[in-house]
Amino acid sequence: MKLLRVKAIAKKELIQILRDPLSLAIAFLMPLMQLFIYGYAITFDVNNISTVVYDRDKSSMSRELISEFQASGYFTIAAYIEGYKDIDTYFETNRAKVALIIPEHFSKDVKTGRPAQVGVILDGSDSNTATIAEGYINAVGLLFAHRLPGAKVLPVIDVRGRVWYNPELKSRNFIIPGLIVVIMAVIVALLTSLTVAREWERGTMEQLISTPVKPVEIVIGKLIPYFSIGFADILMAIGIGVFWFGVPLKGSPFLLIALAAIFTFGGVSFGILISINARGSQAVASQMALLSTFLPAFLLSGFMFAISNMPGPLQWLTYIIPARYFVTISKGIFLKGSTLEMLAWEATLLTLFGAAVFIAAVKRFRKRIE
Amino acid sequence: MFGRIKHMVIKEFIQTFRERRNWVLLFGTPLIQLFMFGYVVTTDVNNISTALYDRDKTPESRELARRLQSSGYFTITDYPQSPDEIRDLLDRGKVLCAIQINERFASHIAARRPAEVQVLVDGTDSNTAMIAMNYAAKIINQYAADLVSPSPKAQLVPIDFRTRVWYNPDLKSRNYNVPGVIASIIMLMCLMLTSMAVVREREMGTMEQLMVSPIRPIELMLGKTIPFAIISFGDMILVTTVGVFWFDITIRGALIFLFMGTSVYLLSVLGLGLFLSTILKTQQQALMATMFFNMPAMLLSGFMFPIENMPEAFQYLTYLNPLRYFLIIIRGIFLKGSGFDVLWPQMAALLVLGVIIITLSSLRFRKRLA
Repeated sequence: MKLLRVKAIAKKELIQILRDPLSLAIAFLMPLMQLFIYGYAITFDVNNISTVVYDRDKSSMSRELISEFQASGYFTIAAYIEGYKDIDTYFETNRAKVALIIPEHFSKDVKTGRPAQVGVILDGSDSNTATIAEGYINAVGLLFAHRLPGAKVLPVIDVRGRVWYNPELKSRNFIIPGLIVVIMAVIVALLTSLTVAREWERGTMEQLISTPVKPVEIVIGKLIPYFSIGFADILMAIGIGVFWFGVPLKGSPFLLIALAAIFTFGGVSFGILISINARGSQAVASQMALLSTFLPAFLLSGFMFAISNMPGPLQWLTYIIPARYFVTISKGIFLKGSTLEMLAWEATLLTLFGAAVFIAAVKRFRKRIE
Repeated sequence: MFGRIKHMVIKEFIQTFRERRNWVLLFGTPLIQLFMFGYVVTTDVNNISTALYDRDKTPESRELARRLQSSGYFTITDYPQSPDEIRDLLDRGKVLCAIQINERFASHIAARRPAEVQVLVDGTDSNTAMIAMNYAAKIINQYAADLVSPSPKAQLVPIDFRTRVWYNPDLKSRNYNVPGVIASIIMLMCLMLTSMAVVREREMGTMEQLMVSPIRPIELMLGKTIPFAIISFGDMILVTTVGVFWFDITIRGALIFLFMGTSVYLLSVLGLGLFLSTILKTQQQALMATMFFNMPAMLLSGFMFPIENMPEAFQYLTYLNPLRYFLIIIRGIFLKGSGFDVLWPQMAALLVLGVIIITLSSLRFRKRLA
């Protein structure tokens, strides 16, 4: 292996990357856009559930109940309706997800201390929102009961919930540390995976073959620029996460960056391996990258969907996904302040993965025309 | 004109299906995506690994633990004996939730004083944390209600909510998510295939060959698009059939409306792919641009995150997203049995989007050829 030849390949690759400013721009814009969408647009919190009310009582008591619902902030009253049929219309056109039906004798029942029944109809199609709405409805009912004059009932069991690591339950705080992984997947799957396949498809590989450069030099030469882009992307994402969005970084930033470098190395090597195996078709390479890197990183890493909820075989599959380990590392360092000792297992596996994939890429790279 | 288009379509089909790997590419990848997404995208939270710290050790506290366990939401994996142990279990990520039943739990209940239960959740995944907290509160409150109901004096909840759930009575998130998965897979496949295919022709230089033939630009464009419309439709049928039978989901509405909805949806997505291909030069760019568009389109569509919970500016942005409309259509047909009378605004919106984008791209297409 000669350093000079590696340098030459890296330089050639870099020129090629710079000649395609659109792809390079997307490589940086994509993580930025995702950071901002996750940071601003998306929340797992459910509020403003649109609600229709069928108030058959029309008393001050029933209005109080309705305003209790409004004041909770979880429900927005979309309309007051005058019949059961309207519920159908509102639900079918997605203008409401909850219907409250207050019966005629509601205030009488409450005043005489009898349990007053209130009908609730939920649009169950979005089961998550429906489950959460049901919880809120019961909470609002409880609050209403405690405000009633003469109510002395104390809750029998006082449930004290506390949330650790992310006390305000900000989706942002758990999404952004995990997002670094998706960014990696993007760089790897979309940028690197085409690099060898493109040379074959365009016929420039023949030119490369006719030079004295060795496979290991080509692989390393191609690795360097993509590694740099991926690494710059990660630094940018960490910086924006910490300084712009104020995600607390409890652990050591150096540990995070060091492990990110190992992960990037493995990822970029894997992209090159895909590209070598795609046998000269960029379409095949892109699909392989999508299925083996992008989707697993997005779906199976635990970045957004909890691994413990997956069916057994898929849970097993997550063990061979490097992104899974890096999500644990990133979330651990960011939110829990984990140290290298606590992450030793994940760090070792990532290093082994990177080394194995790199060796495989060099071995698989064939320098001959078929 | 139609003769030339027909020949062009036949040429495309022969070219595509000559290679066996393209079969896998076109029909295998959407299926793999269906299984991955179908199993992973769920908001059902089951088997939350839980640590139980029972400081009371009475029949009452054990009954509460039994109820938590038998609910199916919590799996008690550890029985720590001190707060330090709880901290350690949460730190290492061994459990997501810790429930601490305080001393004198049973005697407080007997004395009708509020007994204390602490629920600690790992907030690193805020969605799971919130759902776990809701479930725990629900189970504990239910237990409390059962404990007091024998004595009529201590009426805890004077309002009795009679909840009914429509459309998805078991609140299975799969019924809501699988139609969404189908919609987003079709978008990704269709966008990627169209944009890459057209760009490939340009990258390889075969576009020039087509241009010297007597075929007109509009015919060339249709000839390139029609095969992908047919293949995407085939993918839609395949993914829907497998999704319905494998995941055991019922389609309540009429298939003809699904057919209509799919047609206008594909029109707009194909148009988008075509539009992208008129801007882009290489397959690398096509892949990057497709993903650059696809990621936010998925996040800002209501697929996983309800649109109502987004800030207003982002809500307006979703009106440009074909996936948004098709999600309402496909979920309406699957879950609510909706028909044309309810879904026509969405279909009209897709049609308008499709016509606009196809017109734009055919104008650009002609210019690029000239």
